[in-house]
Amino acid sequence: MLGSKSLSFRLILVTTLCTTLIFASILAYSYYRSRTVLLQELQDDARNLSMSLVNRLETKLVSVTGVTEGMARALETGSYNEQQMLALIKETVRSNPQIHGSAIAFEPYARKRSERLYAPYFYRSKDSIKFTRLDKSYQHVPYLYWDWYQIPRELGKTEWSEPYFDEGAGGTAMSTCSVPFYGNQAGNRQLKGIATADISLSSLTELVSSVKVLKSGYAALLSRNGILISHPLQNAAMNESFFSIAEARNDQAMRELGRRMIRGESGFIHHTSLKGFSSWMYYAPIPSTGWTLAVVFPENELLESVNRLSMQMAAMGIAGIMLLTAAVILIARSITTPLKNLARATAAISDGNFDVELPDPRYRDEVGTLTRSFMFMKGSLKEYIARLTETTAAKERFESELNIAHSIQMDFLPKIFPPFPEREEFDLFAVMEPAKEVGGDFYDFFMLDEDRLCFVIADVSGKGVPASLFMAMSMTLIRATAREAASPEEILFRVNKELARDNSSCMFVTTFCAILDTRSGAVCYANGGHNPPLHIRNDVSILRLPNLGGLMVGALEGSTYKLEHLVLEPGERLFLYTDGVTEAMNDQEQFFTMERLEQELSTLHGRDTREMVEEIKSSILAFTGDAPQSDDITMLMLQYRGKHE
Amino acid sequence: MTASIIAFSRIMLSSAVLICSLLFCMPAWAVGEPLKKATLIPLWSPQAQFAGYYTALDKGIYRKHGIDLTIITGGPERNASSYLSSGKADFAVLWLTTAVKKRISGVKLVNLAQIVQHSSMMLISRKSDGIKTPQNLNNKKVSLWGGDFSIPPHAFFKKYGLKVREIQQSYSVNLFLRGGIQAASAMWYNEYHTIINSGLNPDELTTFHFKEHGLDLPEDGLYTLESTLKRDPAMAEAFRKASLEGWEYAFAHPDEALDIVIRHMQQARVPTSRMHQKWMLERMRDLIMPPSGQRLSGQLDKSSYESAGRILHQLGIIRSMPEFSAFTGRRHAGQ
Repeated sequence: MLGSKSLSFRLILVTTLCTTLIFASILAYSYYRSRTVLLQELQDDARNLSMSLVNRLETKLVSVTGVTEGMARALETGSYNEQQMLALIKETVRSNPQIHGSAIAFEPYARKRSERLYAPYFYRSKDSIKFTRLDKSYQHVPYLYWDWYQIPRELGKTEWSEPYFDEGAGGTAMSTCSVPFYGNQAGNRQLKGIATADISLSSLTELVSSVKVLKSGYAALLSRNGILISHPLQNAAMNESFFSIAEARNDQAMRELGRRMIRGESGFIHHTSLKGFSSWMYYAPIPSTGWTLAVVFPENELLESVNRLSMQMAAMGIAGIMLLTAAVILIARSITTPLKNLARATAAISDGNFDVELPDPRYRDEVGTLTRSFMFMKGSLKEYIARLTETTAAKERFESELNIAHSIQMDFLPKIFPPFPEREEFDLFAVMEPAKEVGGDFYDFFMLDEDRLCFVIADVSGKGVPASLFMAMSMTLIRATAREAASPEEILFRVNKELARDNSSCMFVTTFCAILDTRSGAVCYANGGHNPPLHIRNDVSILRLPNLGGLMVGALEGSTYKLEHLVLEPGERLFLYTDGVTEAMNDQEQFFTMERLEQELSTLHGRDTREMVEEIKSSILAFTGDAPQSDDITMLMLQYRGKHE
Repeated sequence: MTASIIAFSRIMLSSAVLICSLLFCMPAWAVGEPLKKATLIPLWSPQAQFAGYYTALDKGIYRKHGIDLTIITGGPERNASSYLSSGKADFAVLWLTTAVKKRISGVKLVNLAQIVQHSSMMLISRKSDGIKTPQNLNNKKVSLWGGDFSIPPHAFFKKYGLKVREIQQSYSVNLFLRGGIQAASAMWYNEYHTIINSGLNPDELTTFHFKEHGLDLPEDGLYTLESTLKRDPAMAEAFRKASLEGWEYAFAHPDEALDIVIRHMQQARVPTSRMHQKWMLERMRDLIMPPSGQRLSGQLDKSSYESAGRILHQLGIIRSMPEFSAFTGRRHAGQ
């Protein structure tokens, strides 16, 4: 699919996609890492913030605990009369501004035998310290049964009460620190009463609610029962408990969280705050009261900086990618525009228009190089085509001239068979199959007089036109000389003399020349370096004529040739041939060979002369098959039939 | 335009229906006669335990029945039975046991309606303290409320022959939560839920519902003095009807009833938790409404009355029960 799109499209698409992908990965990783780091830092910050707040609260609470325990210990060790005891309580309230009120509540009859309950109480009211007796102000349920008295009494240890709203004496939300004190009665340690100090919750909740956590985060305080002591949620403080809110939300996980909190655990968790936003919360216990302080960090504000940074990075990234894309588009254009122009131009060139203008190679880049290569190629092609046209014309002219030469050459050779139809004493047939258009072989025959037939076969060295011209000259010389000379050896001697003189091209011709006496069948012959002809006798035996050692005609001035004689019985034949016959090659580069020739001739024995020659020619062509003909094939066969009277 | 006309005509129509229904429903004496002033004191400060009365008040159900009712804010400082016997309140919400004891002691009060037909009181312990059966409570510290609220647990201890170390329980369950005692008294609709919402899970608790131990003492009922009933039996009847109607309305419209209750709680400066009041209203519904969609009758069941008498007798609190018809004021109401 992508393959069908243009180069610039692919380049832009791939570059933009890859860049976007890389950038998005980096952004995501950076966001994730920053968030992790931030949360780690937040956890530390949250812990520090919470612990510092816990410490500030704890300091207040511990000081109150210390004062109350000090009062209890004082009551145990010292002996105070009523005035001294009242002074002790009053002084305790006066000198400890964090204490709202303080009481010493006695067990029934523990102070006086005459009075069952006795609980003096000093408390702050506006700017003064007031006095009341709790045994009087708690009319309906005696102080003995209130949490602040009953719980430390039953547990026998210092206790901070659940926060409560006290209408009886203070009229404010408070929590009471209660310390049991003991006396000795008949050697037994016996509970005498409870010393208390109240702390106004407002001083604690102001501290908690004054903590600013980002924009909308907050700190909250929970009691041991999970009651919200301080919480920004409307109407929740002192009314709702963490568990009742969990119940309202039907949130089991929140309930479990509450249970962990009141067990005094601490932790850092992701949590939907009571105010309904997603947040991170750190919670830790306040040791002396068992309350829980929670600091809530709104997640969106927390991650605001990371989110903003990520958004800025994303904006920059998008701008960068757009810029990059624009740059890629420009580069792609600068590459593809010359390529397109080049493609258009080369399309025109391929249509044969070499005159089309190639685009100007502006840069020395690859496209420029390619353009220059194309320019060079165009020039070369143009020149080559021109030269090819010229060469083709020349070749065509040359070929036509060769054709003419061929027809002229063929015209030299006697081609009418039987050549002497009125002569029955002999039969003669010859063929010449040139390897190229004009060959170097030739044959000839002519009557010297009434009874003598001269016949020749020759092979000029070399091929083509020069051979052909040399052949024409040789043939003309033989014809001309044969009339005047007495015998074949003289013919060859004279022709050699003529050819060897002024033979600047060092050409020569192997020539077999013979004269048949038609009356007797006697043949005299001379051989100028030619393949010895075959004498086919009536008993099917084939004799090779002896090699007389004569030199090639035209090779050396003054060569002499021997004359030889044989007699052809009626029916016997002479077969003359050139080496093109025996050395005809097939495509396995095997020769036709002398043996094969003799074999063929034996097989054809008794057939008509013309038939025999043409059969041999067919055999040779069948043997060579598709292999190109390497040499001229020339054959001449003469049959002596005898003199008919 | 069209919409506002439709809305307007709808208002007109509904107003007309309301007026007509008021005219037809009101007893004949109500028309033209002025509203009768009356006061009610519940057993405790405002909470969903009394949702029916506050709802009837705020929804004008008492006025509809010809009564201009004032509900006196209850609480530790105002004892409902004393208010009733001294004439500071015309009507009171009292436990059956309290009423029976008062009657025997000579205060001629009558039961106008029994609202809570069953016992909702219980003891709660921690399984982790090894308490699984009533016998496990032997010699353990158990906190009990004072007064008549100690009758059901005492009956329970007697039934199982238990000796416990009694601790006075006041207004909170914190002594139990801090581990100072092994069992605390609780109302199913109130303290049980407080304990659950202080972080203890139900499966961590062992509960002894007295009802399940053959001690099904009816609780909240509406009482007046025989003299009040004689003086104006019609008003007593109207009060009874309006109160029951108030309960039915509250259960039919729990959210509205909760709003009303919470408003009264805030006026009384009592700490409020809507979820806690919701739980309480739902449990009150379980305790008050008869099963399978019957209407609320408010009739005191004679057999429940007699079985309560037997329990009180066994504990030595009374020697004999008041006559049922006298206690329920039938003799007078019928006249």
